[in-house]
Amino acid sequence: MDFLRPTTWAEALAAKADRPEAVPIQGGTDVMVELNFDLHRPAALLDLNQVAELAEWTSEEDGRLRVGAGVPYVRLIAELGNRLPGLAQAARTVGSPQIRNRGTVGGNLGAASPAGDSHPPLLAGDAVIEVESAARGVRMIPAAEFYVGVKRSALEPDELIRAFRMSPATGPQYFSKVGTRNAMVIAVCSFAIALHPAERRVGTGIGSAAPTPRRALAAEEFLAAELDWDARLDPAVLARFGELAAEAASPIDDVRGTADYRRHAIGVMARRTLTWAWNEFRSGHFERRAG
Amino acid sequence: MRVTFTVNGRRETADDVWEGESLLYVLRERVGLPGSKNACEQGECGSCTVYLDGTPVCACLVAAGQVEGREVRTVEGLADGDRLDPVQEAFVECGAVQCGFCTPGLVVQAHDLIERVAEPSDAEIREALAGNLCRCTGYEKILDAVRLAAARKAAS
Repeated sequence: MDFLRPTTWAEALAAKADRPEAVPIQGGTDVMVELNFDLHRPAALLDLNQVAELAEWTSEEDGRLRVGAGVPYVRLIAELGNRLPGLAQAARTVGSPQIRNRGTVGGNLGAASPAGDSHPPLLAGDAVIEVESAARGVRMIPAAEFYVGVKRSALEPDELIRAFRMSPATGPQYFSKVGTRNAMVIAVCSFAIALHPAERRVGTGIGSAAPTPRRALAAEEFLAAELDWDARLDPAVLARFGELAAEAASPIDDVRGTADYRRHAIGVMARRTLTWAWNEFRSGHFERRAG
Repeated sequence: MRVTFTVNGRRETADDVWEGESLLYVLRERVGLPGSKNACEQGECGSCTVYLDGTPVCACLVAAGQVEGREVRTVEGLADGDRLDPVQEAFVECGAVQCGFCTPGLVVQAHDLIERVAEPSDAEIREALAGNLCRCTGYEKILDAVRLAAARKAAS
């Protein structure tokens, strides 16, 4: 096995072009488990810890945030929690403090597990994944097109994940996750919601209840058509939203839960998160907090 | 490969390190520091918690090559010679040690908490220790020890 240690982004891209079979490693919270248990023995590890630009985030001219793939969850929560509240909520549920000190959204994207906690809020918040190769340059992939199968993403073998781009929240965002305890839980299933009041639109993300993370598109379209943004939440609308979210899931039975349970829980979480978000929106708390 | 890093203030070089090896293995098997415990090897238990450049991490999830040139502090590096760190003293006094396997990780993680938070609430202590498992289930006395260490630190 080779251990590649690029110190700049250009070097990292060159190394990945030269050795497309190399497995990128950032926080190691997924990659090292596979190595420790000898589940996977890659020909090379590509350590990205020394690539300083990956650990930075910036505000772009278009107003969106560009968050480097190597920013650990602990910094995402502390530095961007106000602007990306849904993602920060999900980040707080990742593993333990030790895991959040090392783990990154970039690594979550690279692993592309259907149970990854970042994915639902990235989907609900219209995130775009910035990937790059030495040969073809930058590609911008909307989150909804990034996940293509169980632990498979749209990333090409010679590409690396540079960053994700996401607008600061313009409305309340919530994340909910089912598990046996608060810490150290791989989601049985999860759900994220993001209100986009200017567009009179609600974004959604389903986790761990389909081969890939996915949006509940029919549920989003239903709300875009039926939600009265100047009124209290209509119980009939809320109930139908939950049904449509549950229908968008296509879960399996496994050690963490049954398909039936997951489908039911997605409906419950969809109703809960919409209620939380709606109450915050109607109370004006969000505007005051965003200040 | 060769890995050179600083551990507990001392420069160490490990040779013939396998590229897929963890920092935990290097510490225990190559530089003679078996304080960090090897239990789950998947970041679930916290028994191998060490500081990496001042941040607590699971040593089993850090690739050996990733510590090249960096600074590691293990449980062996907390005491000042024969004088135990206040967190270690509090664990002894409160009887927060049963089989002892989880203790090194808990001590490092608690050490970090009271460095960062002067007077942690019970909720903050529980949250900080959420990734450290004690299968003897001695959590009440562990919480007592962290409260005692925090109180002494705040008073001093």
